[in-house]
This record gives sequence, C-alpha cells and structure tokens, in this order.
Amino acid sequence: MRGLPIFVAALAIAVAAAAAEKPVQLKTAPGLDKVEANCAACHSLDYIQMNSPFPSAALWDAEVTKMIKAFGAPIEPEDAALIKDYLKQNYGN
Amino acid sequence: MATLNRRHFLGGSAAAGAAVASGLPLASVAAAAEPELPAALPDGVRASAVLDALPGKKPLIKLSYRPPNYETPIEYFRDPITPNDAFFVRYHLAVIPEIDAKTWRLSVGGDGVNAQAQLTLQDLQAMPAAEVVAVNQCSGNRRGLFKPHVPGVEWGYGAMGCARWKGVRLKDVLDKVGLKKEAIEIVVDGADGPIVDKTPDFVKSIPVWKALEETTLVAYQMNGEALPHFNGFPVRLVVPGWTGTYWMKHLVSIKAVTKPDTNFWMSAAYRIPLGKFPLVARFTSQDTAANTPITEMMVNSLITSHADGAQLKAGGTVGGIAWDGGYGIRAVEVSSDGGKTWTAASLGSDLGRYAFRPWSFPLTDKGKHTLMVRASNAIGGTQTADLIPNPAGYHHNVMHSVSLTVV
Repeated sequence: MRGLPIFVAALAIAVAAAAAEKPVQLKTAPGLDKVEANCAACHSLDYIQMNSPFPSAALWDAEVTKMIKAFGAPIEPEDAALIKDYLKQNYGN
Repeated sequence: MATLNRRHFLGGSAAAGAAVASGLPLASVAAAAEPELPAALPDGVRASAVLDALPGKKPLIKLSYRPPNYETPIEYFRDPITPNDAFFVRYHLAVIPEIDAKTWRLSVGGDGVNAQAQLTLQDLQAMPAAEVVAVNQCSGNRRGLFKPHVPGVEWGYGAMGCARWKGVRLKDVLDKVGLKKEAIEIVVDGADGPIVDKTPDFVKSIPVWKALEETTLVAYQMNGEALPHFNGFPVRLVVPGWTGTYWMKHLVSIKAVTKPDTNFWMSAAYRIPLGKFPLVARFTSQDTAANTPITEMMVNSLITSHADGAQLKAGGTVGGIAWDGGYGIRAVEVSSDGGKTWTAASLGSDLGRYAFRPWSFPLTDKGKHTLMVRASNAIGGTQTADLIPNPAGYHHNVMHSVSLTVV
C-alpha cells in the first residue's frame, strides 16, 4: 500500500523495530560500515548471514545489483562496489 | 542432524514453558529450546537462526527480523491444524502498520467492474459467511534445502500451516460491484509497504476463474479467532490450493482489471519455468515464452512424529501429514529400503481437500531404519525423488526421510 500518512509509516517502523529485532553483528572487515549504512535501512542484516556462504562472486554482484535496480535501493556506485567486495570476501564461497 | 551454533538464545526454561503451554508432547520441549535445523540448510542459516517470539506468537524459528520471516517448528505439524500463535510469518516489505479494525476499509473497484465500493469489517461480517480448512504454504518453503543453494529466504520445512479460515466469498464481494465480462485478473493489495519509495509495493493478482471459486475467501477469522497481526489482521485473501504469495495480508484493495497486471511481483517474481512441473492450474494471462506464475502447490508430505535420529519402541507409530493443490490426498506410502518397495500408511481425519491430511505407519522391526515418505493425490500426482531445479527455489517436494532406531 502506498500513500500512508508519513506519521503512520513512521509509527509502523517504530513498532516493528521495538517488537523483536535484535542487533545483528556481521563480520568486522573493510566495507562493513557501508553495508550497515545502506543495506540495514530496508532489511535486517541477518539476510546476509542467511544467504551465506554459498554465493559465488557473480551471485553477490547480482544480488547487490538487484537491490539497486529492482528494489530501488539508493546506493551510490562507489558504495555498491565496496559492499560487493565486502560480501564476496566475508560471505561468499 | 546437527544442532545450530547459538549466539543470543532464549532461556531454556522460557522455551520449555512455551512448549508445555502449547500442549506439545514433552519430548518436543528440548526441540523447542534448540530448534533442530536440517543439515542441508546453508551454514549461515544454521549459525544465525534462533528461536524468537514476535508479539502474540510462540517462539518460532527466526530467519530474518525485518521484514519478519519466521518459520514454524516441525513439531507443530503433528496436528493437522496449526495454532494461530505458531503459524509462520512471511513479509517482503518492512512497513507493517498496526491496523485499527474500526477504521479499516476495503476498497473494491477497477476497470473490470461496474461500480466502486468501500467496505467496513461490519459490512463483511453482515454478508453470508463461508469457511474452508486450507494449507497456506510459501512458494519457497524448503528453499534452504536446494542443492545447489539459491538466494532468498532460506526456509526449512516450516513456511506453511493449515487453518480453518472464515470470511466471505471473494465472488460475493465482486458481485456487489458487478464484474464485467472483460475482467481477466483480480488485483489485490495489502496495507504493508516498502521503506524506500522506489521499492515496488507488494501487489498480486489472480485469474478471474480462481477468484470466482467458492472457496476463495476474503477471510476475517482463522481457527475461530481474529487473524493474528502477523498473519494479516484484520482481513486477508485465502486462495486454497495456491501458494501463499497470493494470500494477501492486511487486504485493503481489490481491483478487477481488463489487462494483465504488470507490477514487479507479478512480472518478475514468483515465476516458474514452463513445462517443468506437473501442474494443472494455469494463469495464462501472465504467461511469457519462458515462464509462468507459480500457481497450485505440488503434492507433498512430511514425517512429523519423530525428529531425525530419534528412538522409538517396537510397535510404535510414525506419522505426519500430506497435502497437495486441492485435488485431495489419495495415498501415503512409506519405504524403508531407499524407495525400492513401498507400503501404504493409514490416512487420518479428512478435513477437506485443501487441508493437511494426517497419516500414520506402525514400526515393528527392531533396528535402525531410514524411512522415506511419499504422497499421491486424486489426479495421479506424486512427489519427486530428485529436486526439480528452478532459479527462485520454488516447489520443493522431494520425498522427506528420517533415520529412526526401533528398540
């Protein structure tokens, strides 16, 4: 649904965040700051843990590209490159 | 089956208390404290999945916190009806509003109807009620068991449940506004939405023929109670036989349309290759040369009475459930020799052709057995021994097996 009043959307996010979400700590490595700053806006970072360690480098490239192209994630190209590298190094096969 | 690595875990006593309160047999308490995850899941799932309770829910297996994706531990499938507070939770998008039933409205319209309507919950409750017992199974249930792994929510066996749904027939709602002959799809939208404006809102459509079936419901009750928040309060679509993607939660809009819906969730997502799956129900207005929307569920079954590696006494009974896309389960068979020979199991209570069908099978010979189960349905469909690969990881119905020791 679109067109929710902003305050309703904000409230909903607050409710969701307060309900159950616990911090997810990914591996400390270069690029983690970019992952946390970009990916965690829309989804908890356990999505990355869950989808590991099986992805090839090409699959992680495709996943980040899908987030930008299909899901409209506002990620700067230089950040996207760092995120891809982080995922391949730390959560790839 | 190994146990998972734990980070932050529920206190054992709290989980045990929850299991006792749920009426589960005592043997499952340990399993509730530490969910046994199939060894075939990606290592990352086995390291990060925990038992976690969403508000109003029992501890379920958390795969992702936000949007929330939580699967039902297999022990709950010992009963053909899944309790509301143990029913799995699946969201694509993270803005999930708490809805006030008093101010909720369902808008009905589109270019495929003659009039528009805004319905309240009271309006729906004043209409003739209908009920159906039906399985809601995520298209990607068991995706985590795919070899090779494919990306997505890495579900084990529990992205499904079976409930008694009550509501009004979708066809009765459409009758209120007068469906035109030219209408080809019914488009449904829920109140949940994306964080980022450019993310495609989760919108789905079903063909008119499916929308007009007697059992396709706009449901306001689940197992005799209001829907839980995380299962679509106050109203969701119920599309018996078809995978969960069409069962729109927090339903706020129904539109009949005269052209195929083209949004991302129809045109790009939830598609299966043409010709690979033995399915009957078709959604031809959405076909392309390469693929077609997922529709009905495959024939499937599960051993739920015992976990892999369990012991039981000679003369004891192994059991589970079977289900399909609504043609009805005709037989369940068990093999203890890797599929060379099969023996019929006894079928339990029949709650209708869309429901989980319980089955049971006595085990008399002492020793170690690897039991395999397969179901077949009224139109000759059965399960596969080998995975049918497809890029999005849908329709996993490989025969389930467990190793048991009879003493």
